[in-house]
Amino acid sequence: MTSILEPLQFAFFQKGLLVAALSGALLGFIGVYIVLRGMSYIGHGLSHAIFGGFAAMQLFAAELYVVGAGFWGVLSAISITAVARRSRVGADAAIGVITTASFALGVALFAKFGTSGPSFENALFGSILGISAAQIWGLVGVSLLTVAVVFLRYRVLLFTTFDPDVAQASGVRVARVEALLMIILSLAILATLTVIGVTLVAAMLVIPAVIARMLTNSFGRMLALSTGIGALCGLVGMYLSYYASVPSGTMIVLVGAAVFLVVLSITGARGLRRTAGLDSHRESVGTAR
Amino acid sequence: MTGTGVGEALVTLTDVSAGYGNTHVLHDINFAVREDQFTGILGPSGAGKTTMLRLLLGSLKPQSGTITRAPKLAVSYVPQLETVDWNFPITVFECVLMSRTARRILPWATPGEKADVASVLERLGIGDLAHRHIRELSGGQQQRMFLARALLRKPAMLLLDEPTSGVDFSTRHDVLHLLADLHEDGMSIVLTTHDLNGMAAHLPHLVCVNHHVVASGTPQEVITPEVLEGTFGARMEVLQHLGVPVVVDDSRAAG
Repeated sequence: MTSILEPLQFAFFQKGLLVAALSGALLGFIGVYIVLRGMSYIGHGLSHAIFGGFAAMQLFAAELYVVGAGFWGVLSAISITAVARRSRVGADAAIGVITTASFALGVALFAKFGTSGPSFENALFGSILGISAAQIWGLVGVSLLTVAVVFLRYRVLLFTTFDPDVAQASGVRVARVEALLMIILSLAILATLTVIGVTLVAAMLVIPAVIARMLTNSFGRMLALSTGIGALCGLVGMYLSYYASVPSGTMIVLVGAAVFLVVLSITGARGLRRTAGLDSHRESVGTAR
Repeated sequence: MTGTGVGEALVTLTDVSAGYGNTHVLHDINFAVREDQFTGILGPSGAGKTTMLRLLLGSLKPQSGTITRAPKLAVSYVPQLETVDWNFPITVFECVLMSRTARRILPWATPGEKADVASVLERLGIGDLAHRHIRELSGGQQQRMFLARALLRKPAMLLLDEPTSGVDFSTRHDVLHLLADLHEDGMSIVLTTHDLNGMAAHLPHLVCVNHHVVASGTPQEVITPEVLEGTFGARMEVLQHLGVPVVVDDSRAAG
């Protein structure tokens, strides 16, 4: 019992637990939309793009680098959507070009000029060291904003996720809703980047949502379950990372993967069937040819 | 009601050419959808049927020509069944309620909305399926659910993309009768089809399209070997059965 409570005596660990749980919950919550839209690869790409902004803005914007990186992320997200929409390049290729270039820029800037913020390894794989009060408030703020947006735009987000063509035909401004989701996603990635890490954020966007989908056929319950599973993975993963002395992000993702395997063994083929179609790219009258 | 459209024009296409990028799919289209119209847009794959539907819907702008529509025209669109992910985690009720997106801010349905959805589902004969997951429905029931979602908006014009594509004979029969009932109630209906005998021959009005309007009129007027050859590029024989034209392959021509 003493050893379980041991890490809690450290203020940095308490902050780490809070941030990990909230990060997991936030990514799990947004992940439902990302997974159901077949946009998992966008989460992966965007986190890499934001890494570039993260590195660049530390050089140019000093203390305000987080704000700069946020703009960078939003800009990347909007460029990806625009390139994928307007050109013959598919979304996956557009993401591949824009985000990997941004990531490479980040690596180059890190290598050349170093950093005043988190180390290269911490930025990639997450760390609970050096979490500032501003970061916690930033995460709380982004979480509240996300919940507010989803609450107020619930029906529009659901409609455009399920059937964007008919949503468009029914007067919903689908492009605007997509941009809104991208902005929220960018902010969420940015706010969780320091704890989960660039390379692992995408996993936390996908894993809780897929597990939740295996457990329920209801969209509302999927949102709640995915948020809860994300928080649980964050909490348990952070705890285990203390004992295993490995980066927090890796342990959080490993816990998520373990939960996935447990749920898969319980739900079996039925659970897997429910996840079929999560990668579908649909085309019809409203938007495609 | 004749189905050929005698009332006010709801949407009018005048000298419209349309396509994507530098490609022209439709040329010089002159076509109007009026009140009391029930029209099938008939043509082979790639002929521009869906493009025409998009022009009517307003989701595609013409490359040239003009499109005028009646003020505050309420249009509903029913997509092909295969365009959505049927594993998506929603119930029939939630899917139909999507039509009310524009009017509401809060996520949950009001008692009035619940009653409206129940009523439209009842009308389409799937009232007892409201709380089923959409995957659990048969093809015909899925089509009815999409129709329910479209009808909840109380449209003046209903557009359907290949509503009988991939459904069995009995479902096709049901859908046809359902649409005839809606038309009787005063709704203008335009659908696309390439099904000559199962669908087109039973509609009151047809427009045959192959990048331009080849012919338009009643099935008796346009389902002729000449028009079909101009539309589908193949010679077909037309027989008459109980006053309905029946198209058969002209094997002599093929041979």
